[in-house]
Amino acid sequence: MKTTAFRMVTAALSIPALALISSHVAAQPGHQHEPSATGPAAEAQTAAPMEPRQPSAVGAAAMDHGTMQMQGGTPPANAREPHAYSDGYTLTEGPYALPGPRQLVLADEHRFWAVLGDRIEYDDDSDTGVYDVQAWYGTTYDRLTAKLEGDLTDGRLEESQSELLWSRAFSGYFDTQVGVRFDQYDEGDNREWLALGVQGLAPYWFEVDLTAYIGNQGRSALSLEAEYDLLLSQRLILQPRTEINAYGKRDAANGIGDGLSDIALGMRLRYEFSRQFAPYVGVEWSRKFGDTADFARAADEAVRDTVYVMGVRFWF
Amino acid sequence: MELRHRTITRRRALQGAGAAALLAAGPGLLHAGSGRSAGSTRLGTPAEIRGREIELLVAETPVNYNGVTRLATTINGSIPAPTIRLREGDDVVIRVTNRLPVATSIHWHGILLPFQMDGVPGISFSGIAPGETFTYRFKLRQSGTYWYHSHSGFQEMTGMYGALIVEPRGGESIGADRDHAIVLSDWTDEDPMRVFAKLKIQSDVYNFNQPTAGDFLRDASQMGLQDAVARRRMWNEMRMNPTDLADLSDATLTFLMNGMAPGQNWTGLFRRGERLRLRFVNGTSNTFYDLRIPGLKMTVVHVDGQNVEPVTVDEFRFGPGETYDVLVEPKDEAHTIFAQSMDRTGFARGTLAVRPGLAAPVPDLDPVQWLTMADMMGTMAHGTSSHGSMEHAQPSGHGQHGAMAMNHADHAMSADPLAIPSPAVRHARTEYGPSVDMRVDMPRTNLDDPGIGLRDNGRRVLTLADLRSRPEVLDDPRTPTREIELHLTGNMERYSWSIDGLEFGRSTPVSMPHGERIRVILQNDTMMTHPMHLHGMWSELESPNGELLVRRHTIAVQPAQRISFLTTPNDLGRWAWHCHLLFHMDAGMFREVVVA
Repeated sequence: MKTTAFRMVTAALSIPALALISSHVAAQPGHQHEPSATGPAAEAQTAAPMEPRQPSAVGAAAMDHGTMQMQGGTPPANAREPHAYSDGYTLTEGPYALPGPRQLVLADEHRFWAVLGDRIEYDDDSDTGVYDVQAWYGTTYDRLTAKLEGDLTDGRLEESQSELLWSRAFSGYFDTQVGVRFDQYDEGDNREWLALGVQGLAPYWFEVDLTAYIGNQGRSALSLEAEYDLLLSQRLILQPRTEINAYGKRDAANGIGDGLSDIALGMRLRYEFSRQFAPYVGVEWSRKFGDTADFARAADEAVRDTVYVMGVRFWF
Repeated sequence: MELRHRTITRRRALQGAGAAALLAAGPGLLHAGSGRSAGSTRLGTPAEIRGREIELLVAETPVNYNGVTRLATTINGSIPAPTIRLREGDDVVIRVTNRLPVATSIHWHGILLPFQMDGVPGISFSGIAPGETFTYRFKLRQSGTYWYHSHSGFQEMTGMYGALIVEPRGGESIGADRDHAIVLSDWTDEDPMRVFAKLKIQSDVYNFNQPTAGDFLRDASQMGLQDAVARRRMWNEMRMNPTDLADLSDATLTFLMNGMAPGQNWTGLFRRGERLRLRFVNGTSNTFYDLRIPGLKMTVVHVDGQNVEPVTVDEFRFGPGETYDVLVEPKDEAHTIFAQSMDRTGFARGTLAVRPGLAAPVPDLDPVQWLTMADMMGTMAHGTSSHGSMEHAQPSGHGQHGAMAMNHADHAMSADPLAIPSPAVRHARTEYGPSVDMRVDMPRTNLDDPGIGLRDNGRRVLTLADLRSRPEVLDDPRTPTREIELHLTGNMERYSWSIDGLEFGRSTPVSMPHGERIRVILQNDTMMTHPMHLHGMWSELESPNGELLVRRHTIAVQPAQRISFLTTPNDLGRWAWHCHLLFHMDAGMFREVVVA
């Protein structure tokens, strides 16, 4: 039986993930440094126009200063002003502009949408199923995002959690997400949360989703999900996946203790008939911890579980 | 690996075979298709239109490249559109009638004209509404090989492109016995907007040459585990894909030569002993082609409509928007024109032959190469090359550095700070946000690099450093009085393309005072090559030490490369300036230019 209806993570567990997310890649392998407006990158950019321009000499000089940052960071004080060449003209004002509102609107101002079914799966033995779907609508940087996840048993929705979030890009690879989450239990008390998280692609291609939740009656929760795609071939892809949940407060009605609640580790092997449609087989190990485990034992439920799954991943 | 390439080659060679059989069966069968009432799209060498008054009709016509019938947007019913031949000095009138259900436009790529005639909807004019006729009127102030295409939406991708030849008033200075205009393009059976949306959802959706676990094991056994890890480290750390050579591949594209798929084998005829002028136009939406004619040397004589000092090569790369005229003297009865896509997933192919129906061997595709450290971080790659894992990427870069260093000594005496392009990298403050996935702090300035996939391939490959305009071409010797630095930027993961980190919608125009000599520095802070096309004026490429080299209308800037060109905006108005990869343009790698 799929046991991880809720997912949280301890603050301690989240620290490496946060470090991963916020790390900035330095151009010289093996070195990283904090973003700084007065760092070496800034110094290199103040090079006088008539400095020797032999590239390798410039390179050596810059290397002496340390490393430069190729991704992320904050602009140095002397960063170039991108509108400096406009002489005050805009796309609709100034000489020769076509009259009326701006007519040329490109895809950067279009809204797109997507539905991504990451896990639609079924375990024959226990007659249980899982859905894990994300959908978004919006521009490159601002999107309305829905995350829907649920467990079904005997064709009945046993537990589900549904999030509606405003997703806002804050760096090259990460979005902040703010919104609400609704938890529904077939047996138990439904819960509502405010959600604040980050989702994106960490260095070394880890898909990461880390969210903190605040509920009523002083409840809090943390959830971390991470996935990695290992390409065995161009179409055969092995996907390790982990999900870790932690709670700030005991929730006896729903069988949840405080602290680290549960960890799931999955391994799914999918074949992409097309990039958009990939059936898979997989296995998922899960374990409950602390009071959550005690609640499970009391209810005569498994604390450790291994399930074999079949499913399909798709997007459109 | 080898097997894989052969498989692709075979599949590509067969592509279009069905349509070829249809054509061979004669016009009766051709017209028996479902497209009869609407008329079928004519493929192959298009009609030639001459004169001072020209009528063009834009409409949807059915076409079938891969076994499914799709609606193309065509000009006068053919792919490519008719080859238009005009005469230098003539005042021409071109009436374009729109029979599409949506607005259209035609841009005369590389032609100097009043901005209202430039054909960019939203900048030059409001476009041509359905059912309407727009009359273009302009005087031809130049001669050479150019082309024309729609500048509306993705219409260019669905068939709206053709060659435009302006004959010199004083007679042709390039001697040739016969002339073929050869338009290369690409086609997708998908709706281009859907293709774009898919890239927005998963930007590597069409890349089936990604590094795999198997590649890693092979590298580890061949070069050792440490080097295999080192080879991948920077890419993985930065979330960059070393095989991100093209956004689209043969997974959606059919590569066309004069509107014909490889299996349809477009054929250009010649008589033995003739010298041929081949006018190659890259009218693709998304494809850089590496073109060669195995067994023949090509002498490049004319680039982007302007004469250059002849240079003889085996192969050249050209991107969307660029044109290259070459002279060849065929020796055999048939020679294959082979243009493989830069990402090595397919090729366009045709044949030069003494009579129809001949074919010559078609080469295999070259293997896919990974982008190098120099493609990622320019000259800084030198500082990391000790691993042995970083392939050298600058064939003769050292020689050029030497030349630059010496030249610096010459210029040290010069009081004019704008005598040479500024080498100091200045990133825009807007390059530090979510729109930009990388910046290059130490770009490379080597123009003698043929680019990824062509380095050290055993063939003589044209580079930008080989091109010199004929002396009469570069007519403005002034030192620039203004320098504009722009960085080409993007975020592959988000599939967003921009300049200085700002997409078109967030940008302001670049102001260029009328008649002033202006230097533009373009630095590529991405890992893709961007063919940058500036409307309304020339882009005259300089060397890193300020020597004027060649007049272009479209300059392909390689990854981590910093180039500069001079321009003199002689025509007032608003002009478009953009990457000619259609999806990059539409994603926002686009600026408006105000000449006032």
